[in-house]
Amino acid sequence: MAEYLILIYGEESALDALETGATGQMMKEHVVFGENNAASLRGGNALQRTATATSLRTDSSGNLAVTDGAFAETKEALAGYYLIEAADLDEALAIAKQVPAPHGGVEVRPIRVFD
Amino acid sequence: MQASVEAAVADAHRREWAFVLAATVRVTGDIDLAEECVQDAYARALASWGTAGIPTKPGAWLTTVARRRAIDVVRHTSTRDRALPLLVERVAAPGPDELDPPDVTDDRLRLIFTCCHPAIAPEAQVALTLRLVCGLTTAEVGRAFLVSEPTMAARITRAKKKIATARIPYRVPPVEELPSRIDAVLTVIHLLFTTGHTAPAGSDLVRRDLVERSLDLTRILRTLLPDDADVAGLLALILLTDARRATRLGDDGHLVLLADQDRSHWDRTAISEGIPLVRDALRRRPPGRFALMAAIAAVHAEAPSWDVTDWREIVGLYDLLVEIWPSPVVALNRAVAVGLAEGPGAGLLALDALATEPLLATYSYLASARADFLRRLGRTDEARIAYEEALILSENEVERTFLAERLAQVET
Repeated sequence: MAEYLILIYGEESALDALETGATGQMMKEHVVFGENNAASLRGGNALQRTATATSLRTDSSGNLAVTDGAFAETKEALAGYYLIEAADLDEALAIAKQVPAPHGGVEVRPIRVFD
Repeated sequence: MQASVEAAVADAHRREWAFVLAATVRVTGDIDLAEECVQDAYARALASWGTAGIPTKPGAWLTTVARRRAIDVVRHTSTRDRALPLLVERVAAPGPDELDPPDVTDDRLRLIFTCCHPAIAPEAQVALTLRLVCGLTTAEVGRAFLVSEPTMAARITRAKKKIATARIPYRVPPVEELPSRIDAVLTVIHLLFTTGHTAPAGSDLVRRDLVERSLDLTRILRTLLPDDADVAGLLALILLTDARRATRLGDDGHLVLLADQDRSHWDRTAISEGIPLVRDALRRRPPGRFALMAAIAAVHAEAPSWDVTDWREIVGLYDLLVEIWPSPVVALNRAVAVGLAEGPGAGLLALDALATEPLLATYSYLASARADFLRRLGRTDEARIAYEEALILSENEVERTFLAERLAQVET
């Protein structure tokens, strides 16, 4: 078995525009996803919007600069994640396909294991 | 003696490499480790076949040695198994049966579906299959794709790393996933066939082993998916194109053009197997690219001679093909067909429209097709330059000989 991180990306402005009812619906879908995949789930969280993010970046002279905002500005921002366990990539992709991800999509990354 | 051993090992490398590798991957679960074990087996063959004699089944010998080596390595590393990327469930305690050559057909199919996994970039899928399933060198794969060797080497390494690290499984997908996975596999098999049909480098025009492997793989897919129009189309295309194999080379090894081939020596068995498959494949609307290419091959197969070939029908089929498959090479073939349907002047115009296509800039067929139309138009100075250009670009010896002859003709 191996672990994979499912990164959920979405367009924040579109997600913000979701009506209260639609947000509730999305929450329900995540609950259903969690129930259906309980055996594979190792963790997961929704994140606050990138407007609340703080980034630390080392500049060329080695100093750590603190800035407001996400590390990389992208059209679709990281909105949440799940940590899952799966036998192989096909199994991981089958789980990732079920993750509710309106106005965006997901990325599946294998977790690195050190000797 | 040593020379004959070296020849036998080289031959086994061409013919058996994929079989040996595919069977060994099943033991190691790791492609790089399997490649090392297979290379090791070939090295041992060089050392041992001289004294022990060349085995009657070199492939089985190599498979046994490579798998035995793989089992040793896997046992030694079992303590750090968790760190090893695993493609397949490993055999718990390999018994003597494990050393028997396994079902190679299944293994090759597994390997090809792994190489053609959608999580791998399309251009890397084909490259990986040619390297791993067909044992082509990185340089040969690069030429088949019209890219440089370092670019291709980086592409293959990256793809192999992803298979291991992301754990792309080593198996044939379940039936319900097959249709969506099949197109990538067909694309790869088709390239495998075209690479074998006109070997990109070396002294042979055709590499029979690649052609036969592409045919085998397509037949296996046809049994797996008897109702798939694209599979039928590809099988028809391979059969109808390969039906001309006996006539593509003259007695002296010279290239014989389709126009000059002795059609009485075309393989009628292959043609009569191919024609109904074309009809089958064309039934789907709109027809797929392999069905259309097979239909073009069928027009040739059924034409009694080059002169009475229905070129307008061929142009019509190419028009449909360019629409669903706008590749520069298809556009080039269409331009050549236009020249045959409407005369060399029209053909030259159609070819010149492709002159700025970057993918064709290093492709010898564009230059040789231009040369041919220019020669027919009596524009010998320009024809000579175009033949010289084609000669610079072609790396296939048989083609080069043909081009040199044509060049000599226009120079006199």
